[in-house]
Amino acid sequence: MNPVAPKLRAHLGIALIGVALAVLPFVVGATFGNSWVRIVDFALLYVMLALGLNIVVGFAGLLDLGYIAFYAVGAYLYALLSSPHLALAFPAVFASAPDLPFWLVLPLGALVAGLFGVMLGAPTLKLRGDYLAIVTLGFGEIIRIFLNNLNAPLNLTNGPQGINNIAPARIAGHALSRPLELFGAQIPSVTLYYYFFLALTLLVIFVCVRLQDSRLGRAWVAIREDEVAARACGINTRNVKLLAFGLGATFGGVAGGLFAGFQGFVSPESFGLLESIMVLCMVVLGGMGNIAGVILGAVLLALLPEVLRWGAAPLQQALFGSVPVDPETLRLLLFGIALVLVMRLRPAGLWPSALRRRELAAHADGSAP
Amino acid sequence: MDIFIQQIINGLVLGSIYALVALGYTMVYGILGLINFAHGEVVMIGALTALTAIGVLVPAGLPGPVVVLAGLLIAIPVCMAVGFAIERVAYRPLRNAPRLAPLITAIGMSIVLQQLAMIAWGRNYHTFPALLPALPHRVMGAAITDLQIIIVVTAALLMAALLWLITRTRLGRAMRATAESPSVARLMGVDVDRVIAFTFVLGSALAAVAGVMVAANYSIAHYAMGFMLGLKAFTAAVLGGIGNVGGAMLGGLLLGVIESLGAGYIGDLTGGFLGSHYQDVFAFFVLILVLVFRPSGLMGEKVAERA
Amino acid sequence: MSDDVLLAARGISKRFGGVQALHAVSLTIRRGEVYGLIGPNGAGKTSFFNVLTGLYSADEGSVTFGGATLALGAPHRIVGAGISRTFQNIRLFGAMSALENVMVGRHIRLRTGVIGAILRTPAARAEEADTAARAHELLRYVGIDRLANQQATHLSYGDQRRLEIARALATGPRLLALDEPAAGMNATETAGLRALVEKMRDDGLTVLLIEHDVKLVMGLCDRVAVLDYGEKIAEDVPDVVRRDPRVITAYLGTEAV
Repeated sequence: MNPVAPKLRAHLGIALIGVALAVLPFVVGATFGNSWVRIVDFALLYVMLALGLNIVVGFAGLLDLGYIAFYAVGAYLYALLSSPHLALAFPAVFASAPDLPFWLVLPLGALVAGLFGVMLGAPTLKLRGDYLAIVTLGFGEIIRIFLNNLNAPLNLTNGPQGINNIAPARIAGHALSRPLELFGAQIPSVTLYYYFFLALTLLVIFVCVRLQDSRLGRAWVAIREDEVAARACGINTRNVKLLAFGLGATFGGVAGGLFAGFQGFVSPESFGLLESIMVLCMVVLGGMGNIAGVILGAVLLALLPEVLRWGAAPLQQALFGSVPVDPETLRLLLFGIALVLVMRLRPAGLWPSALRRRELAAHADGSAP
Repeated sequence: MDIFIQQIINGLVLGSIYALVALGYTMVYGILGLINFAHGEVVMIGALTALTAIGVLVPAGLPGPVVVLAGLLIAIPVCMAVGFAIERVAYRPLRNAPRLAPLITAIGMSIVLQQLAMIAWGRNYHTFPALLPALPHRVMGAAITDLQIIIVVTAALLMAALLWLITRTRLGRAMRATAESPSVARLMGVDVDRVIAFTFVLGSALAAVAGVMVAANYSIAHYAMGFMLGLKAFTAAVLGGIGNVGGAMLGGLLLGVIESLGAGYIGDLTGGFLGSHYQDVFAFFVLILVLVFRPSGLMGEKVAERA
Repeated sequence: MSDDVLLAARGISKRFGGVQALHAVSLTIRRGEVYGLIGPNGAGKTSFFNVLTGLYSADEGSVTFGGATLALGAPHRIVGAGISRTFQNIRLFGAMSALENVMVGRHIRLRTGVIGAILRTPAARAEEADTAARAHELLRYVGIDRLANQQATHLSYGDQRRLEIARALATGPRLLALDEPAAGMNATETAGLRALVEKMRDDGLTVLLIEHDVKLVMGLCDRVAVLDYGEKIAEDVPDVVRRDPRVITAYLGTEAV
């Protein structure tokens, strides 16, 4: 067979996916309305989050149950630096709302979240897997409790009410919260956000793929597979794990900043343990360690509650004449069942990672004794 | 000074409850080397089941303590069944799987149980009727109620009984043998599967009692109450040295006291910056500090490094 | 100390709770030799190994390697200094291919960091290609290059042993420590292993060998040390050790003497 054909097919496939992703918001918007485009935007945020957690859980095999804390750090930092809250709470210190450029605030949030990751990881990463899980869970709760209560005596987080009036993402002088006039057509805000999030998601995927195929990616998987052997191979497991933790947290911070700008409002409610578990579900369900699987898991689980909201209540109404189980409960119930079933039936996830084969091997094969 | 005594008393009451729950964690850990993530939900189910039973029994006009006891006796077998189910669904099929797998199934079970409880009992807080004499006794300027005395004494009796069971009975010997080495225990004729199931069931029975105690002590129960309680009890187990039964008891009492004193004095300690609503944070700080500085806990043996 | 000493352990002691696993063990390994470490079960061979390769820290004692003091308890620094090891119960990275297992072994000799990996700089690319080529070379050296793309867990037992040796060689060691490499092997596989160890010695590598198979040790090793109850009771060429009464007692028990 012509060896060009498969390559051509691959290129064609990528081109098709590209076109599909490009027209997606228009198709979804025209068919289901813009509220569904918004849902797709959130799905992209979850893809970024899940890919970040995948570095920690999927690659390095460290079960982090408090991952959402880094999302919270990114979101709150963005919120504080892009809303009037600080000026209102501390008029003596801040004469006016801090008006920092978007492209400064977002990386700053990522950096601070990454630092939090390293700070948490440094003392705890020598712990065994299940202990680490509990400590990270505790850390996540500590962050949430502080967010909830740091409204007095110093009003840093505005407590349970959260922070609102957060400035939207701003690209080339245009705030994404407003529709854009382009060649006479009007592109709605959710669609603008879609393209922005899509670009960043692609960037995150690119980074993940590159890392996976590198010396570091191999070291992470080695630690996951057998930590003692990894140490015996000369891998400084502490540093390499810390790197996974820090990078994962950084991704979480980016997603958090985007979330704050997109939503215009943050409150501690968005950063509970269940959110951590939901992101973990995305990673586990999709296929720990497999980037494509994790993306699939994130998209499926991000859309699930919306599908349930749309389908579950009417269905129950039709069946029982009432709605005994609200969609949120049903969603969590399904999560729980999915976690149990996936671990028992498909422990490697819906789309497990395949063995990496190297092209180099093809011609080396001939010379082997 | 009387505040100090009062906080110690409150801490001991709270700590007795933590200890009972911590025993469930530590026994399972001792035998399987795994954390039973869903254990907190068993406590919650115990509390809510007892409350429902009590709600039914109150109109019958029986004396308060009898009603509570009846509620407890109904909650115990229910929790034992739940514990048994947790082992069957989340742990037994994965006994040879990687460590993280059963932890994830247990998280799944925990979510399922919590949501089922929400469907059964709703989102509302349920109040525990005032069935037990709550008249406070004065002790060195502090107050202690009959209920608090009952909690501490019951917990102490249960723990004594548990120690007796573990050290003096055939079953206890089988448990210790399994904890030491499941494969050798099996060769010696111990039915390891049954011992493991029994350990879950036993821990769940203690959790049921603890659940009723929490509900009675705070006069309240809720479908989501198990999470935080479970986490703290786990902390207590780690503090004492996980896998060590005596350690769980000590760790529970200690954590209860730390938390009470912390809640009582955190305002003074931080110059009014942090208030008593940070009470929950203490457990986590204790947990992190213990794991970082003394991972084997207060009474745990140093686990030999194994290559 | 003479020039030909590669490794000198002095007074290594290690306790586990109440058990004294190693009691002031001293020994020297010379450049280019195959050095055998034998002893009855529980004599402390593996404990010594684990101290030497950094998985355990020693309670007392020190090790000099190539003239410099080793940082005991820090495996990555020990591997960096040039000691690498295999395990008695083979420990491969199961989800990886044979080739990738060997590539992980190169980790400590590579420099690519996060930025290099993401941008795939020319340096990173060259390093990666070089690593893969070197890994293939090592697989060929141990005779399993045809299995490069097989998943490690799918290899036969003997091939897994060879793969583990290739992975250890990938770290670029001056001393290769093999922990019971012949355990569980049949006669043919053992003969193959022996040939491989001899090849490595001929190529100038120093080998430390823990082994149960006394015949293999006596035939293969230039010098042998014997541990019993955590103490070294003999260290010499095989012929002398074989006749040492303490060694005979340790192996056969006092009644037999």
